[in-house]
Amino acid sequence: MTQKVLMKGNEAIAEAAIRAGCRFFFGYPITPQNELLEYMARNLPKVDGVFLQSESEIGAINMVMGAACTGARVMTSSSGPGISLKQEGISYIAGSELPAVIVNIMRTGPGLGGIAPTQSDYYQAAKGGGHGDYRLMVLAPSSVQEMADLMFLAFDKADEYRNPVMVLGDGVLGQMMEPVILPEPKEGKGVEKPWATTGKGNNPKSKLITSLYIKPEEAEKFCEHLAAKYLTMAERDTRWESYRTEDAEIIVVAYGTAARLCMAAVDMARDKGIRAGLIRPITLFPFPSAPIYAAAEKGARFLTVELSTGQMVDDVRLAVSGKSTVSFYGRSGGMVPDPRDILSQIEQIESEKNGSTAATEGGAA
Amino acid sequence: MAKIVFTRPKSMKDVVTHYCPGCHHGIIHRLVGEALDELELAPKTIGVAPVGCSVFIYDYIDTDFIQASHGRAPAVATGVKRALPDKFVFTYQGDGDLAAIGTAEIIHAAARGENITVIFVNNAIYGMTGGQSAPTTLVGQSSTTTPKGRTSQNDGFPIQVCEMLNTLQGPSMISRVAVHTPAQVIRAKKAIRRAFQCQVEGRGFSFVEVLSACPTNWGMTPLDAGKWLENEMIPYYPVKDFRIPEGVQ
Repeated sequence: MTQKVLMKGNEAIAEAAIRAGCRFFFGYPITPQNELLEYMARNLPKVDGVFLQSESEIGAINMVMGAACTGARVMTSSSGPGISLKQEGISYIAGSELPAVIVNIMRTGPGLGGIAPTQSDYYQAAKGGGHGDYRLMVLAPSSVQEMADLMFLAFDKADEYRNPVMVLGDGVLGQMMEPVILPEPKEGKGVEKPWATTGKGNNPKSKLITSLYIKPEEAEKFCEHLAAKYLTMAERDTRWESYRTEDAEIIVVAYGTAARLCMAAVDMARDKGIRAGLIRPITLFPFPSAPIYAAAEKGARFLTVELSTGQMVDDVRLAVSGKSTVSFYGRSGGMVPDPRDILSQIEQIESEKNGSTAATEGGAA
Repeated sequence: MAKIVFTRPKSMKDVVTHYCPGCHHGIIHRLVGEALDELELAPKTIGVAPVGCSVFIYDYIDTDFIQASHGRAPAVATGVKRALPDKFVFTYQGDGDLAAIGTAEIIHAAARGENITVIFVNNAIYGMTGGQSAPTTLVGQSSTTTPKGRTSQNDGFPIQVCEMLNTLQGPSMISRVAVHTPAQVIRAKKAIRRAFQCQVEGRGFSFVEVLSACPTNWGMTPLDAGKWLENEMIPYYPVKDFRIPEGVQ
């Protein structure tokens, strides 16, 4: 029976991961994601899984790599500074084409920053993060329910593409409690992983998992193979939510916690007769450029709202491709805007829009 | 009819290695191959290759292999072993890999008593990158980054890894061996086989340090390198069994 329960985002992620078949967790404490690792420590052993607190984030991500090499469903979680430490390992995991799930419950940075929520790791998440020519699939939930749902997708897509998947939340999502209907536990063995290193057994040929390509010709071929994979991801697995965009003249683009605030602001704008809408990217990579471009071509103006000084706005501008205007509004350092602040931004664009129309109609020089 | 008395271990591939003349990796690879054969471990083995000259061990030893990032082999091996506790998992690491960049990983794998085996090849220098100073470079030893010789004032002191790990509760076995003479090779073989046996018996972390020559980057002939190893390395890195569990076969 599906039951609605009240859970913290961090715990919902952990429980959903276990239900999605994750049996191995390697991690290191860092606020604001500690409940996730503590939940795993309590609950993974109950399903014959392994929880191990590593010596460092570097240790954790390499343990993830080892378990991933055996074909196991495995994950780690951290926040900002810890995710930075994992980047070397994430690059190797991507370069070795291994499935793994990495959760980043973002806190403020740079440096030690603070433990309050932000979205300032967008570049790091959506542009690869570590060295080399690779991308992660990045999933950005905006509610505790979506955190739970996206964990299933994260593990499935990691397996399907043999690529690390990052679930990018923030301190608000990780810490807040919301009612959630947990997905039913996954049945069956999942996809076959004939590439896994489990010992050669009776096979004539041993298996190798490596990211080393000494010959430039082979290295280029491999990079092109990865690029083709990301293109397939973009074609098949770009996800977003459109809210009141059908007739929208002003479209807010925001993800995660910021998107929830923007949804309220869009409703307030509609109440005032402003045709506002919201495009909420659910995959930050691949980025939903198509719906943004389509709306831009129809003349919609854009406002990007982030809990940062502006990172995703670059991708919005690229998607808009000069077809329309893109404004930005952000709060950083753990400060969260009030929907009324966002409404003011929308109203300003509305008045600029009317102003420019008036100017055109008036024929001013 | 001729009787075959000496042949390539079954778990080794019939290929020419890339190692320099006089390098000891070839001998150590062979000892690993022989031990895998004798204990019939190859079909259930997952090796973890490091960054460094021996990254290509997977081209020579015919078992499943994972190539790890620099220094992280013990963490990768931990992930493999936790997922597949019944399989045989070993790492093969050089001194830059294990004793510099990978210090945290090796100490914590050892402290956990992780049931893996580590073959640690100590040649007191970075080989693949062209002869830079290593954490095990001896005081006075010259390298491309200590051109006038390592000084304790500037570079500190070389790390004695076996002695350091021997302060921990976790390891089941710790030995230091060498392969520059036939007698030492025979002793090294025994140690490697014993370390593998420790893992098979579930005794936890087993560790063999193998002192090894790098004539190319030491700037010596192979014969002189053997003498230097004997006269300079062994006094600082004594070959001995630091810890042997009771009753291991």
